[in-house]
Amino acid sequence: MVNAPHTEFDFAVIGGGLVGAAIAWGLARRGRSVAMLDEGDIAFRASRGNFALIWVQSKGGGMSRYALWTRQSSDAWPQLAEALRMETGLDVCLHQPGGFHLLLSQGEVENRANALKRLHNQPGMVPFEYRMLDHAQTEKMLPQIGPDVVGASFCPLDGHVNALRLLRALHVGFQRHGGRYFPDRAVERIEPRGGEFRLHSANVEISANKIVLAAGLGNAWLAAMVGINAPVRPQRGQIIVTEKVAPFMNYVVHTIRQTDEGSVMISDSVEEAGFDISVGSEVLAVMADRAIRMFPHLAKLNVVRCWAALRVMPQDGYPIYDQSKACPGAFIATCHSGVTLAAAHALLLAPCIDIGNLSDECLAAFSTRRFDVPPSD
Amino acid sequence: MFRRVIRERELSLTIFIDGTATPARHGDTVAAAMLASGHVACRTTAVSGAARGPYCLMGVCFDCLVTIDGSANRQACMTTVRDAMRIETQRGKREYGT
Amino acid sequence: MIVASALRDRYDVAVVGAGPAGLAAAALCARAGLTCILFDDQANPGGQIYRGVTNSPFDRGTALGRDYWRGESLVRAALGSGAHYVSGASVWGLLRENEIAVSLGGGTRQIRAARIILATGAIERPFPIQGWTLPGVMTAGAAQILLKSSALVPTGRTLLAGCGPLLWLLAWQYLNVGVRLDAILDTTLAANWRRALRHAATFAASPYLARGLRLMFDVRRAVRVIAGVVDIAAEGGERIGAVTYRTARGHFERLPADMLLLHQGVVPNVNLAMSANVAHRWNDMQLCWVPCVDSYGSTTVPHIAVAGDGASIAGAEAAEARGRLAAIAAIRALRREFPVSEEERVARQSLHRYERGRAFLDRLYQPAPNFRRSRGDTVVCRCEEVTAQQVLETAALGCAGPNQMKAFLRCGMGPCQGRFCGLTVTELMAEARGFSCAEIGYYRLRPPVKPITLAEIASLPTDEAAVKAVARE
Repeated sequence: MVNAPHTEFDFAVIGGGLVGAAIAWGLARRGRSVAMLDEGDIAFRASRGNFALIWVQSKGGGMSRYALWTRQSSDAWPQLAEALRMETGLDVCLHQPGGFHLLLSQGEVENRANALKRLHNQPGMVPFEYRMLDHAQTEKMLPQIGPDVVGASFCPLDGHVNALRLLRALHVGFQRHGGRYFPDRAVERIEPRGGEFRLHSANVEISANKIVLAAGLGNAWLAAMVGINAPVRPQRGQIIVTEKVAPFMNYVVHTIRQTDEGSVMISDSVEEAGFDISVGSEVLAVMADRAIRMFPHLAKLNVVRCWAALRVMPQDGYPIYDQSKACPGAFIATCHSGVTLAAAHALLLAPCIDIGNLSDECLAAFSTRRFDVPPSD
Repeated sequence: MFRRVIRERELSLTIFIDGTATPARHGDTVAAAMLASGHVACRTTAVSGAARGPYCLMGVCFDCLVTIDGSANRQACMTTVRDAMRIETQRGKREYGT
Repeated sequence: MIVASALRDRYDVAVVGAGPAGLAAAALCARAGLTCILFDDQANPGGQIYRGVTNSPFDRGTALGRDYWRGESLVRAALGSGAHYVSGASVWGLLRENEIAVSLGGGTRQIRAARIILATGAIERPFPIQGWTLPGVMTAGAAQILLKSSALVPTGRTLLAGCGPLLWLLAWQYLNVGVRLDAILDTTLAANWRRALRHAATFAASPYLARGLRLMFDVRRAVRVIAGVVDIAAEGGERIGAVTYRTARGHFERLPADMLLLHQGVVPNVNLAMSANVAHRWNDMQLCWVPCVDSYGSTTVPHIAVAGDGASIAGAEAAEARGRLAAIAAIRALRREFPVSEEERVARQSLHRYERGRAFLDRLYQPAPNFRRSRGDTVVCRCEEVTAQQVLETAALGCAGPNQMKAFLRCGMGPCQGRFCGLTVTELMAEARGFSCAEIGYYRLRPPVKPITLAEIASLPTDEAAVKAVARE
């Protein structure tokens, strides 16, 4: 990729992860000239650390718009997968068979049932199908579960995808649409200047009429440069990956999924650990133990690697989409569900950003206005 | 395929390779015993089904994977033979439960 | 040998790897009165160079060469020193606060040590040629293991290909036991001679010259050696059937083959050190990653030292000396009153002696670029079956480095954790993007560096905070 000083683009997307790549692809295929700027190889990169679920069943507690947005994305996912397949020849292995949230005690069952009831009782909630299952009903669909599984919540809309291939497909598709990718170009300074934006990175400058901040954790400091308040923090999650196994899981489980290549991925930890991505064996042990209780034969599998990644967690957990008041033309997109929302970002959000209108009632809920501190009396 | 260059001590053990009784030498690794009895390949890969056999013999290449006494994906070069050990060559991915 | 139940929870020093460096380090630490544990993942001590030295099927003859039996006295010293030695112990991670996670007999334990000496040695450099994944293609090191541990030698048409001292050593050992190789395909670059000869004086004064000359003379007299080989491919379906090669002069030949043994040098086995955040740098002469160490092997991580070929490729005697120097640093830190100055003087003298002459060997046997940077559908990542073409195409996408490459193509995600593809990927990306290997970097490695079962992970100790982080209902 070339040092191209002063090349002007319609859009510059800062961030080449799942959020940035989805939006950049969405813009590029609408005919815009787009630059996608990315960091170097060793970077926090949430997109390389996700669990690849397309998960609907528990999203949106506290904000029914988020549940709707998630549902819209899940519904649009087949369209995204097909478009990428046609454009790039890459199959992202979208699979939406339904998902289980397995529960290992009666207490967990009750908590889960209540949480889902509360979610569905919210005003403005568009309900979706789900059911609570006991052990026998769960075992009918997941015959390999262990006796410790007391029950589950099941939602037919849940699924998963090969997220790494998705990222690759978005990049390939983006470039096929004429998009320009600039790796090793972490943006140091955004200079709004007379209706356009100059992005300063190392000794390179890229100009664009409009920009989209999709830099994950980097948005925390980039946003301030264009007058946006979008509080986001790192939230660590750890993952265990096993060797490849012949297919045995027909569904997705919220903390265990079998990839299309056959390896089994195990999550799911939520740790407030700052920017520390070292692997913590205590958490791995709990994850491994729960996974074995859910599927006893997992015990014998060899673990090929473990890693920790940082989720990009907005302050209240919900996505942030907005356009800067101080610098119109500067947009921001931040969320922790880059896989689930990839279809929405590519097919619904990108067009809105293109025409410069995020005030649509569906998106307005995600604006940064909700973080504004009310004036004290 | 391979022969011994020392005075052939009694091959005191019997192992089973894909069901066939095979004499083996005490102290050999499973990989050595397989190579000594003419098995140069031990599996087909999980990705493409290509044939593979031992490559490094020191435990770092993970190509010598075989099923030993019912446990899949064991490194043949890191396991010492025992009398009546059952060794099976593998096809593709291991099965859940093996 | 110690049984698992007799292992303590903490030691002054833990040594990982019972090759020459580890054996020497453990023996000296124990002699100085430090509690010391020596882990090794093989069934018997000796590492690779002294593989099988305690349970050799050979009588003490000359078949393996005289240098081999040095290993015996090293092992005896270590086992008699009072150090605890555990075989079949796979150290899979160095966790926080000086904890060593080790897999032993199907179960995992954590042992704490004030100082850790990594002596995990070297592994064969990848040799990614067309067909290198076929059954019947193995490393020269593998052939040596079969010879030393099991007295097994190939019977069919066997070819040896590559460059480096180990190649000649193996061929010579084979001659001693009556094995005649069909041919040696020598890939030593002719141009390397010019650069190496500048260091001929130090080589001539080193112990390597006399050794090397004798081996090569004996081998060349008895075996067909084809020099200047610039291209090699192994052919076959379910196993190797033939090898084709081309020389710099344009000579082409297809040789029927039942076995092809490959070797183009060894490189440090960096996985455990890298996973513990030990800083590494790219060694431009040896074309591999080496840990950043001081003259005692101490690394950027305060309590971790690296000794032996794992620190820098220099052979068995140098490894021994380095092991002692790392032990000396540990002794100075933990038992200052024990006198080590004389031991240090001798070790440094030996190290100097055996490092001299390496400059010549390193330059002469630097592997040719096209055997390090493959093309086309040659497999680069053996585990995930990723080809050179795929790596180059993805690099052209603007892939920033090996970790992005790993995410896109899965190369480096298999159980070998990059040991057989990492160097190739780094070099291919450096070439494609016009950066140095040092700038491109390497895979980010973390524990476990050897596969362990999920059950073993589940057996690790947990705490309240960990349970809260996971079971959040």
